Amino acid sequence: MAEQILTRLIRPNKVVLAEKNILPILWGGVLFFSALVMILGSDLKLLFEFPESLQVPIAGFLDWIMFGFVDLFKWFFRFISRVLEWPMRAVQGFLEWLPWLTFASLATFIAWQGGGGRTGILTLALLLYIVIVGYWYEGINTLSLVIICIPLAVLLGFSLGVWGHKSPKANVAIQTTLDFMQTIPAFAYLIPILLLFGFGPVVGLIASVIFATPPMVRNTILGLNRVPPEIRESGTMSGCTPRQRFWWVEVPTAFPQMLIGVNQTTMAALGMVIIAAIIGGFEDIGWEVLGRLRKAQFGQSILAGMVIVCLAIILDRITLSYAKRQLPTESHTGLRLKQFMIGFIGIAAISYILAIFIEPLRIWPKALEFYPADAMNTLVFNIIANFGDFLETSKNQMQYFVLLPVKLGFTRSIFPITWGFALTPTIIGIYWFIIFMGAAIALYFRHWQIAVAIPLIASILYFGITGISWVVYLAVLPLLAFSLGGSRVTLFVAGSLIFLMVSGIWVPALVSIYLCSVAVAICIVLGGLMGIWASTSERVSAIIRPINDTLQTLPQFVLLIPAVMFFRVGDFTALLAIIAYAIVPMIRYTEQGLRTVSPTAIEAGITSGCTPAQIFWQIKLKLALPQILVGINQTTLFGLNMLVIAALVGTTGLGQQIYLALSKVDAGGGIVAGLGMALIAMSADRMMRAYISRRSN
Amino acid sequence: MPSASSVKLSCKSLWKVYGKNPEQYFTGEVGSFNVEEKFQQLTENDSIIACGDVQFNIPTGSIFIIMGLSGSGKSTVLRCLSRLVEPSFGKVELDGLDLLNQSPKDMIEIRRHKMGMVFQNFGLLPHLNVLENVAFPLKAQGISKNERSARANEMIDLVGLEGRENSYPHQLSGGQQQRVGIARSLAAEPEVWFLDEPFSALDPLIRTQMQDEFMRLQKQLNKTIVFVTHDFHEALRLADTICIMKDGQVVQIGTPSEIVLAPADDYVKKFTSEVPLWKIIEAQSIMEPPDGKDVDRPSVKPDTLLEEAMRLFDGKTEEVQIVNESGECHGILTPASIIRALYRDEKKVG
Repeated sequence: MAEQILTRLIRPNKVVLAEKNILPILWGGVLFFSALVMILGSDLKLLFEFPESLQVPIAGFLDWIMFGFVDLFKWFFRFISRVLEWPMRAVQGFLEWLPWLTFASLATFIAWQGGGGRTGILTLALLLYIVIVGYWYEGINTLSLVIICIPLAVLLGFSLGVWGHKSPKANVAIQTTLDFMQTIPAFAYLIPILLLFGFGPVVGLIASVIFATPPMVRNTILGLNRVPPEIRESGTMSGCTPRQRFWWVEVPTAFPQMLIGVNQTTMAALGMVIIAAIIGGFEDIGWEVLGRLRKAQFGQSILAGMVIVCLAIILDRITLSYAKRQLPTESHTGLRLKQFMIGFIGIAAISYILAIFIEPLRIWPKALEFYPADAMNTLVFNIIANFGDFLETSKNQMQYFVLLPVKLGFTRSIFPITWGFALTPTIIGIYWFIIFMGAAIALYFRHWQIAVAIPLIASILYFGITGISWVVYLAVLPLLAFSLGGSRVTLFVAGSLIFLMVSGIWVPALVSIYLCSVAVAICIVLGGLMGIWASTSERVSAIIRPINDTLQTLPQFVLLIPAVMFFRVGDFTALLAIIAYAIVPMIRYTEQGLRTVSPTAIEAGITSGCTPAQIFWQIKLKLALPQILVGINQTTLFGLNMLVIAALVGTTGLGQQIYLALSKVDAGGGIVAGLGMALIAMSADRMMRAYISRRSN
Repeated sequence: MPSASSVKLSCKSLWKVYGKNPEQYFTGEVGSFNVEEKFQQLTENDSIIACGDVQFNIPTGSIFIIMGLSGSGKSTVLRCLSRLVEPSFGKVELDGLDLLNQSPKDMIEIRRHKMGMVFQNFGLLPHLNVLENVAFPLKAQGISKNERSARANEMIDLVGLEGRENSYPHQLSGGQQQRVGIARSLAAEPEVWFLDEPFSALDPLIRTQMQDEFMRLQKQLNKTIVFVTHDFHEALRLADTICIMKDGQVVQIGTPSEIVLAPADDYVKKFTSEVPLWKIIEAQSIMEPPDGKDVDRPSVKPDTLLEEAMRLFDGKTEEVQIVNESGECHGILTPASIIRALYRDEKKVG
């Protein structure tokens, strides 16, 4: 209750009321102003390139600070790096020395203990793949980094989480930091870490710990905050001291949630270890994939990529099985701790002795490897040879009719060779005439939002995202933010825009926005349709769900392989990779939203005599809309996130800026570009969340 | 009704106010300000009064029931008594000891040895089995594992859960879970027993069964009980004394029959209107003065319920006499007096 009063005080309802009357007028004014700028100012370079005199060398300034900081504290960070190197080398050495049979049987035993026979068999099968294909050494190197990373991240995350739970002030600070840590692309903070900790595999470890800690923090806070007050009180009334109550009552009650955190932390750690491979210096599986991909050895990169997939599935299933088995009395109980330890030692001993006597059980011999890379390459080449025309055509069509218009606009993309006609003044006239008629009709029916949206979208297609003046963006986007979310969001969006312009990354930012918005638009349509389909058919749902699960557990990196294989590098390839990753939440939330529409509402519709179409459009879709909007928001964030990874296969934009900075170890440039990405993501997120929360009120 | 005995637990001028720094409005001693003015002052300052100016005394070994609808402040009062909620102002005394002056450390000791509490949604620890849950308060005290298991087993037998020691809360029905809650609250052998809507989350049939069980336990253990409920019938069934609350204030305190026969205001009357009065009213509370006749007629004890007394009127009987333990006649019941009582003729009763 007190919270409600507080939020009311902070954000009075008056603003929302006033908006309704002012908004159409504001939009009219902004549209008129934008038209003036675009028509009258079309020859003014100043309006289309953000003037350099207004730019501030933020990157240089950051560099200066960074280097000062590094000079002062390098010894300290290098010391940490040394300290961490020891256990890392030890674990790595130990796992390399361990016969694969011992490792595989112990991992299988642990998996069985957590999730029963199925999980055990799955784990064993996937590990055997890694062994047989001959990537044991690389796989185990990656795994050893993850294995050291997990306890560090879990411990750090738990402590921060407890702190955030106990102190509201700390909580605010922690949540804001986490938001930034998770939206700034991981590559961007690889650079300062490199500078501070020096080169080498330890950097990968440290980056992974930083990247993998946030989910643990969040889940710890969530779990502790969700302990029912009655359980807390029952602890107090049982005579617990505050410390007893924390360790005996609150932590155990929050434990299932924390295990979910461990699962997410593990997956994040794996993802980051793979990404950190681009620094190199470590013979791990991520490096193998990247190297093969760069040499266009697709068979090899698929085989290596599959190893990453195997590792991801194993780690996910094992941690999840322990998280799901919240209580010791679920269907699969596993062994008691003592028996488990005895079994563990027994299996270790037997498998080790076996491996001593039978050499292939210790190190899988090269001769027995099954490495069908060449066959796969031939297959890929055959496919490309047979379907090359089709692939090429679909790629070109997409380029000419979707990507280029959005990026450059009709003015710069319609030519007789591609579209079959030239953009004559008559056609331009007809185009704008239709647009104005559309807007006028919308106005006539009193849908002023649509009347605004039509010319806006038409202009984006006509001029292209990169062809619109920055002045127009400065007018339109904050107003959009204001319409969706109110004054706070407006300030944030305006601030972000100014940062992007002033720091000199406006052009790459626009390119990123362009690619991401095309990907998101496609995801919304395709994913929405798939979600609707899945919601109507159990069979479709049963097929789509595991695919979605896999797409989400895979380190993003792996998704690049098939895209590059068939379409080489470029915007289109990146687009495919982004869609493959970002479409998942759209499908999921649409399906879930439609499926959770209350049956009573549907029955009410049926008894009121609705046709199936009416039930779908007016009841199901309306009631599922809040969930679908959440899906759109997630899809956007996922898309921006993947954009940076996709830059590996040759897109321009902020992602590329970050890579360039990484290769030059240019901390300032990297941070500015990373911050730019984060600000775009957070602006989109805040606008959409504000809109969603206002709709649901 | 318990015979006159010492006061076990009491509170005086108890306030719990939510808002900006509510303590600033309470400076003087208990009883040093006008209650109505204070209410007005607090409301004007946007404070929320969860409970205001609550006072009562609870005699040793009696069942004190706080009854009220949701938001009436009944749970807040209960939590103030154990300092689960820190009162803004007032006095809470247990055996004459001022609880609000105890250090946190002393409070832990008092909760460990003198208080037990049962919760509406049971408040069981999901990761512990029945035995461990019941033994939990003893674990907090640092009692050895063998001893606490033995004591917990006794409690489990007491509430009739033998054989379920190794089950986990989620494997039990609601009624069984609350039995665990009851066993746990009694494990440390408390003197004061708090129950916060203990049976509200249960099905009606189970609820009645648990109420009987509760009365059986109380006969055996004779604790001092503070019981919170929103169910007026439950209060009438179980209470020695009922305290009715509304909007954070006490409306009326009295025995069930006092409340039914003389509701303090329309609010209380609304609750009593649907009550089967013959199950609550005692013969002595509606009797007429003895008529001195010495005839052979049925007799009842003063605290006999009307339900029972009414059955004695057969074709020949015109009145029933009320006789105390030493055989003296206190008064008589006539059909007219009973009818008047059941029709709520307020002038003639009480």
